Amino acid sequence: MNNSTTISRFDVADIRAQFPILNRLVKGKPLVYFDNAATTQKPQVVIDAIKHYYSHTNANVHRGIHTLSEEGTLAMEGSREYIAQYLGAKRSEVIFTRGTTEGINLVVHSLGLFHFKKGDEILISAMEHHANIVPWQILCNRLGLVLKVIDINEKGDLCLDSFRSQLSHKTKLVSLVHTSNALGTINPVKTVVDDAHKAGALVLIDGAQAMAHGKVNVRELDADFFVFSSHKLFGPTGVGILFGKEQLLEQMPPYQSGGEMIAEVSFEKTTYNELPYKFEAGTPHIEGNIVFAEAVKWFAALDHQAVHAHEMALLRRATEHVLHIDGLRIIGEAAEKTSVLSFVVEGVHHQDLALFLDTHGIAVRTGHHCTQPLMKRFGIEGTTRASFSVYNSLDEVDFFAEKLQKTVAILR
Amino acid sequence: MNTPTEIQNAIVEEFSFFEDWTQKYEYIIECGKELEDLDPQYKTEENKVRGCQSHVWLHASYRNGKLHFTAASEAMIVKGLVALLLRLYNDRTPDEILATQPDFIEAIGMKAHLSPTRSNGLASMVKHIKAYALAYKSKSLA
Repeated sequence: MNNSTTISRFDVADIRAQFPILNRLVKGKPLVYFDNAATTQKPQVVIDAIKHYYSHTNANVHRGIHTLSEEGTLAMEGSREYIAQYLGAKRSEVIFTRGTTEGINLVVHSLGLFHFKKGDEILISAMEHHANIVPWQILCNRLGLVLKVIDINEKGDLCLDSFRSQLSHKTKLVSLVHTSNALGTINPVKTVVDDAHKAGALVLIDGAQAMAHGKVNVRELDADFFVFSSHKLFGPTGVGILFGKEQLLEQMPPYQSGGEMIAEVSFEKTTYNELPYKFEAGTPHIEGNIVFAEAVKWFAALDHQAVHAHEMALLRRATEHVLHIDGLRIIGEAAEKTSVLSFVVEGVHHQDLALFLDTHGIAVRTGHHCTQPLMKRFGIEGTTRASFSVYNSLDEVDFFAEKLQKTVAILR
Repeated sequence: MNTPTEIQNAIVEEFSFFEDWTQKYEYIIECGKELEDLDPQYKTEENKVRGCQSHVWLHASYRNGKLHFTAASEAMIVKGLVALLLRLYNDRTPDEILATQPDFIEAIGMKAHLSPTRSNGLASMVKHIKAYALAYKSKSLA
């Protein structure tokens, strides 16, 4: 692919035009939204689809005989079908959840609680989000399992030696983040999956930060479980996906109970519904589940190679700029990195930085990013994080760098 | 000494000169530089007012029927806002403190800093100041 075709297939102005929120002002200045690792903005097609759902389709799904219910059911199951295809999964393997956190909790409570026993080991990494630490910790305390942690190096790369030396026949499950929210590190997930399987361990991959930067095929990755959220992938909040291999999900008892997850209920005995409904108790987030597919379709239609090139250009430009700031230290310099720039500035508190940047309309995130053990590993309380998405421009990066430099001068 | 209302009005007037947010924050930082230093011995876990992003330490002493506060913060803007709060609440009787709401915060456009979700400890700081006032009031009545 030469440059001219790249440009013709990827035009950031064209993409920006699809995100109405980018037209708004913040404190009188044009919004510069660099908090994409927390949540992405929504394209017009997603906003329209939400409006369309409530204007035309709204009804409860699955058991209704009337037209609206039937249309809603078809739309939601169509969404599942589409997302399954996108992931390379079967539709029975795609469970709608409230998000990444619920996906992890489902595996912990359903698989972990019933299939793991005292002395078994769970392996996570030093760069996990609290959502991929705390549920395992609780499970370990309850069952007497051992939680082990894969070390990372100073640059924020996963230490494969540390992983391999702790992997053994005792390891029941490895739960690893695909892409770190705080550092931007992209982990060698395929290698981890293959090694773990050779040792007889299952693997859960937290894909929350990965999905908005490129396509993931769970079949090729061969992960046993893969979780992610809609809102970080240009879709509505409150919705996510748990992918699980069919033969595993079949063996797992329901996580929550109520409507939809049942086949037949009597006061003596309840038989459970088939996959994926066994894990979807209660009325689902129908609108969210339907519109999620619209968001994925929107993203899938982009040229992912061009998206990657654009995001890397944003990251490179931002990195070059900030390195000129005296006393600034980048946290997270992994060899494989997504478009996340996390840093600390000597003598400057990140909260002050963020408040000043906000006065210029720039949205960044500060603090520990729900990764307190990781912050401790780097000997810091928190960082300032700028995370870039497909609709961000080089002009915005230049503007951010200029204001950052000025702010640091004021705060020193 | 000016009344709490006079002080709040004075702060609001000082802020009325600023046209943009950057200037406001710069002024707040300046205010923070005038904050009386907290004696390091009082920078304890007990005196820590926790926030998600930054912490504040608050120490209270009681003399001649009045409360005196000293405080510290890791972040400069919060420190400035703390200084403004203490300008209002320092060296007042428990009754005065309990009767005074920090309305100036909203008037100068800093209301968001007082919301419980802002988590910089400022909202809890006002609560702590009032709790001290209440404690010393009941002590003096006893």
